[in-house]
Amino acid sequence: MTIYQSLAVEDRPNRIGARTERVEDEALLRGLGRYGDDVATAPGTLHATVVRSPHAHARILSLNTEKALAMQGVHGVLTGADVARWTAPFAVGVRQPMEHWCVAIDKVRYAGEPVCVVIADNRYLAEDAADAIEVEYETLPVSVDPETAIEDTAPVLHEAVGSNVVNERHFRYGEPEQAFEQAPFRVSLKVKYPRSACTPMECYVVLAHYQSASGTYDVLSNFQGPYALHSVMARALKVSGNCLRLRTPPDSGGSFGIKQGVFPYIVMMGLASRKVGAPVKWVEDRLEHLQAASSATNRVTEIEAAVEPDGRVTALRYDQIDDCGAYLRAPEPATFYRMHGNLTGAYGIRHLLVRNRVVLTNKTPTGLNRGFGGPQVYFALERLMQRIAVELDLDPLEVIRRNLIPAGVFPYQAPAGALLDSGDYPAAVGQAVVDGGLAELLRRRDDARAEGRLYGIGYAAVVEPSISNMGYITAAMTPEERRKAGPKNGAVSTATITVGPLGDVSVHVSSTPQGQGHQTVVAQVVAEVLGVAFASIRVNVELDTQKDAWSIASGNYSSRFAGAVAGTVYRAAVAIRDRMALIAAGQLGVQAEAVRFADGKVFAEGANPMPFHRLAGAAHWAPATLPEHEGGGLRETAFWSPPELTAPGDDDRINSSLCYGFIFDFCGLEIDRVTGEIRLDRYVTMHDAGRLLNPALVDGQVRGAFAQGFGAALMEEFAYGSDGSFLSGTLADYLIPTAPEVIEPVILHMETPSPFTPLGAKGAGEGNNMSTPVCIANAVADALGCDDIRLPLTPSRVRGLIGIDEPEAPEHLKQSAEAPAIPGGSTLQASGSVSIPASPEQVFDSLLDPAVLAVIIPGCHQLELEGENSYCADVTIGVGLIRARFQARVKLSDLEPPHSLCLSGSGNSPMGSAQGRARIRLSSLEDGGTRLDYQYDAAVGGKIAAVGGRMLQGASRVIIGQIFSRLSQQVGGVAPQAGLWLRLKAWLNALISKGDES
Amino acid sequence: MEAVVKPRTVVQFELNGRARQGYAESRTQLCDFLRHETGATGVHVGCEHGVCGACTVLVDGKAVRSCLMLAVQVQGSRVETVESLADEDLMSDLQQAFRRHHALQCGFCTAGILMSCVDYLEREPEPTETQVRDMLSGHLCRCTGYTGIVRAVLDVAHERKTQQENNNNV
Ligand code: FES
Ligand code: FES
Repeated sequence: MTIYQSLAVEDRPNRIGARTERVEDEALLRGLGRYGDDVATAPGTLHATVVRSPHAHARILSLNTEKALAMQGVHGVLTGADVARWTAPFAVGVRQPMEHWCVAIDKVRYAGEPVCVVIADNRYLAEDAADAIEVEYETLPVSVDPETAIEDTAPVLHEAVGSNVVNERHFRYGEPEQAFEQAPFRVSLKVKYPRSACTPMECYVVLAHYQSASGTYDVLSNFQGPYALHSVMARALKVSGNCLRLRTPPDSGGSFGIKQGVFPYIVMMGLASRKVGAPVKWVEDRLEHLQAASSATNRVTEIEAAVEPDGRVTALRYDQIDDCGAYLRAPEPATFYRMHGNLTGAYGIRHLLVRNRVVLTNKTPTGLNRGFGGPQVYFALERLMQRIAVELDLDPLEVIRRNLIPAGVFPYQAPAGALLDSGDYPAAVGQAVVDGGLAELLRRRDDARAEGRLYGIGYAAVVEPSISNMGYITAAMTPEERRKAGPKNGAVSTATITVGPLGDVSVHVSSTPQGQGHQTVVAQVVAEVLGVAFASIRVNVELDTQKDAWSIASGNYSSRFAGAVAGTVYRAAVAIRDRMALIAAGQLGVQAEAVRFADGKVFAEGANPMPFHRLAGAAHWAPATLPEHEGGGLRETAFWSPPELTAPGDDDRINSSLCYGFIFDFCGLEIDRVTGEIRLDRYVTMHDAGRLLNPALVDGQVRGAFAQGFGAALMEEFAYGSDGSFLSGTLADYLIPTAPEVIEPVILHMETPSPFTPLGAKGAGEGNNMSTPVCIANAVADALGCDDIRLPLTPSRVRGLIGIDEPEAPEHLKQSAEAPAIPGGSTLQASGSVSIPASPEQVFDSLLDPAVLAVIIPGCHQLELEGENSYCADVTIGVGLIRARFQARVKLSDLEPPHSLCLSGSGNSPMGSAQGRARIRLSSLEDGGTRLDYQYDAAVGGKIAAVGGRMLQGASRVIIGQIFSRLSQQVGGVAPQAGLWLRLKAWLNALISKGDES
Repeated sequence: MEAVVKPRTVVQFELNGRARQGYAESRTQLCDFLRHETGATGVHVGCEHGVCGACTVLVDGKAVRSCLMLAVQVQGSRVETVESLADEDLMSDLQQAFRRHHALQCGFCTAGILMSCVDYLEREPEPTETQVRDMLSGHLCRCTGYTGIVRAVLDVAHERKTQQENNNNV
């Protein structure tokens, strides 16, 4: 392999290792980027909107599209029946009878699951028509929490599987049982890693055109790879690979793994186009994205270490449960296996026992998310290291140091199979401690504690894998199953370089960047090898599966760019240079080895320099003058797959990645004793990512990953109700860090080149997503001296950890202590009373009068008798910005005239479902009037719960209050007495207090 | 069947210094109108509920979220989008500072942030870092961690001030 030898970079602007400014920026800053939604569409392009399930688990009884189809501008509706006819279920990574289709066929298994697609002239009309789609559901009991979902009694999502545990594997490396038996200490911990996602600012975009003449699906989408999923999509569409032409737009508004999850929509919109015979465009909105795009896998881990008295760990045991949501969407269960080879982290632990269980629950399917698998593993492992220090009364940093893999043993094979390529972990820790100013932080902690303030310091040592082995996922299978399926391994990168007839250089890579600056770095590499002007190089990163060189490993994930893609660009550039050197040698009359490329010229000692473009021109304009075996034209495509990425062996060892960087973080933080708010004092992050190709861009990656890790630690969580309804549907509910919260981390670097990549570079994009959440958690554990740390560490959660009792709610806002009568996403309870100037009998009778009922229910358009005391109503209810028209059932029951009754209602609308029940008690007042007491429970699900959570409590109070004040008006003909009485009381109070003053 | 044809209005306004007009329903959001009707695709839509700030444009010189405005509301107004900031060969000092400080990665949030900064620096030419961070709290950027953006804004403010002082001294 040609391995690049670096030179000093100071006087080599825009070459490998320089802090070159990005070539991408000019267009983006001018607003001239071309993102998915900006790409030109063909005339007649239609627009789609996806109708989604409001329920987390339900059988679809009927789907009626008639009204929608009759609406203005509507061209068609793609239903489950079409999908069942035209496609096959998506291939799944484990052998289980589970079916996942791009649109639900007979059952929905998570809130937000697509049930049909409406296609219309524009998005506004499509959404109008979506409201007219009628779906009848039979709701089913849900499994939401992974630990209860694994139990035998839990509601099962996929009946044919018979259990929610769809994959279980046990692994054993070394002699772990013996090590645990002999260990003087055992330290264990149970942790839960929540659901969150890196939520790019641009959502999914798909523009699909089914070409009926050739049976080809031509799709443009901001898909990010891995392109192994191209095969999954083609199989689902039941076409050969060359009949799914997949293209990406020039720019992408971020992804962080998440845009892997667009692939079912690529299939869906391909079908939508086929259904209406026109190109179809779909742009996901933010609610859809938060609710149903993708998520990091939430995990429950029990971890245990066998420990020597000095803190040295001799063996580790992991018992992990991954909650992959409602479907095992490819490449899951990869969250486990991406990290499998390096489960022992940065430590020289030789004995390891692992149990991995994959469980399905009624939540959105999970997928790639920056750090993929890392945050989950290190949250357990590094929390455990901190616990070991606490339980053995040692310094946590000392525990880390004593366990680090020593210098000088690389490449080092970890017990589960990772071949750690290079590094000097103790030196990196040492340098970080000094340059990051740990001593000063320790002093600050002492000072703060002396003053009674809550200050903590946390550490995390992390191995950051990059360049995934495409075979690691097969570790989910037994060796026997793997033998049957055939070996999978490697990771092929591609790069194509063309030197044009005018000496211009064009490069293509299949790395589908989403803001990482690949074009800049590729140009740096090529400029260096060919010695041409940086600005003259054009790099194209659009991918067209029909015309470009690509592989199943193509795409932007597992931080594969710097090590693999840039390395392959280097190899392609060297190949072109070698050919050009041969041509030049002939023309200059020298040996090819003597030819050098620099400053846009070609040199050889003793010959006149020749301009690069002259030499390039010869290959195009005068091919007959070229040396033998030189075919003319100048284009090289390099393919490269590292030999170190072998398939998992029968011993289940897997080198899951090619490179392993090292990160050591520490931070100091202070916790406000009253508010529970966490203030980061300093965050230090030391990275060894091998050779840095552009340190400015690496720092940008570190800062971005740090901010996301910070968000995961303190703010972000996808919340679900007990009925599986999704509760984080807006960016006001799902909180992302903003500029005032995020601090600037102290970034430090060390460079230990990888021996396995052409340029010695490793990935660096995901490290802080792995290290930062646990580093902050460890600091909080240190500050508060507690061990059960759950993320995100929101102020209210931290107050709970400090042991602050929340102040009592004011009387009128008190919730009843009883468990809610109605389980639900957003469960609301409250009570109140009004006085009505009419007798209890009159009040009772009017409640039974449909005419009165129709008037007192706010927003009631129509009320029809259905049976005795039960009605069918058409009601519009508004919560904040949302207004929804409900088809509701209203019922009066438990009638005990004239003392009490129960008013209940339930309804469905395009915005979600709602149900409620109010117990009403009537008692006579001395003045002949009635006091009406009510107590209600209500629950809402679907979109309203997802986007309106913050407003529901208040809104429900207003709506229910309206019912009874209107009742009072109806019966007594006056405004409710409560108001009058209150005013009177206030007046009296005022009088009395005046009296006191005088 | 609801075959109601939604009435469309002609919206006449000034976009980036030029008189423009386009059709909008009364419910058409300003961001959709600018993107689809006038081709100002530099306006980005990240949430459609007023939190992310990606859609920020200037209406009569003030930064507003174009997802929270209706197209018909800009009738007769002056609208500026990110496309207005640079001239053919030179980007504005703010845009250049963003490039220098690596203040963008995917660039999806950038247009909105630039527009807010233009408005803000006009009103507050010498902000502190805390003030800049506060102003940016109305914008979400998922890529950069904000450092580069904060530095770029402070740098431009400083540059402008120095330049002004030099001008005054001449
Ligand atoms: S799109 Fe307008 S604020 Fe997010
Ligand atoms: S640069 Fe990507 S969101 Fe800000």
